[in-house]
Amino acid sequence: MAPIISLQPIAHENFTVRLGDDRDIPEIADIDGEASGVYKRHYWDELLLNTTVDEPRIALVAERDSRLLGFIVGVVRAWEFGSEPCGWVFAVSVRSDARETGVASVLLRALSASFRELGVHKVRTMVRRTDHLIMAFFRSQGMMAGPFLELEKDLDE
Amino acid sequence: MNLHKATRFALYAILDLAEAPDRQVSGAEIAKRYDISTNHLAKVLRTLGRAGLVEAVRGAGGGYRFVGNARRTTLLDVIELFEDIRPISSGQRQPGDSTPAGQTLVKVLDEIEEIAHATFASITLETMLRLIEDTRRHQAAESAGSMSVPAGSGAV
Repeated sequence: MAPIISLQPIAHENFTVRLGDDRDIPEIADIDGEASGVYKRHYWDELLLNTTVDEPRIALVAERDSRLLGFIVGVVRAWEFGSEPCGWVFAVSVRSDARETGVASVLLRALSASFRELGVHKVRTMVRRTDHLIMAFFRSQGMMAGPFLELEKDLDE
Repeated sequence: MNLHKATRFALYAILDLAEAPDRQVSGAEIAKRYDISTNHLAKVLRTLGRAGLVEAVRGAGGGYRFVGNARRTTLLDVIELFEDIRPISSGQRQPGDSTPAGQTLVKVLDEIEEIAHATFASITLETMLRLIEDTRRHQAAESAGSMSVPAGSGAV
């Protein structure tokens, strides 16, 4: 995970936010596995170790006493579906025993600042329509429906 | 997408009260602020009271106050006290529903309803209050901007 931005660790009352590195991947996979019910270490290795200049990826982690409490991963994508460059949040997760403590909000704010550093001024994400909890989190951070609508079709029809 | 009158009144009232939970506000004050009927609002406030979201405070300086949890109560929680916004397919059958055109139309309408449902279910009163504050700031900035237009710059 080669850093593409320069983020100094940000100290908060109960935790510190810093750039993630390769040593964090096992814990990131654990936190995601705990939340999603699917442990996918290989996916996180591929995702976080293979960042490219064309598609800069940022992983930030929240840490307390050398234990990760949560993480957020974002990527800057340009001209996808005709959209001007924007930052995508494609993963955010917090350990169940660290929720409701502002970890995800701080991570999202730090990621948004990193996106600005990379020259983008819009942040997007995609949320399952039935996942009201995660949607409520993004909405509580001021995010609203954007100009795009996801469409899909079963290919075996 | 539109909401019944009672639902809108309920949302206005609960947002007004949730903005300052320590404050007691009379129904007449809320009705005046939103230019709505006091009688209609009184009925709405009774429903909100039965749902445990507001509490009537009696006596001098009495009124209503918010007693719910603004971080946990969503717009959907309030809306469902006054109207049903379940997907059309789970509601009453309409003439023509069983035809291919009817079934396809229900599918399209369900898509719209599902998005509306998800939107209402994911916006808490706390989030609404933040959005309202943003709107206030924008309005204030716009009105400050329009007041600072230099003299003589108007249309000719």
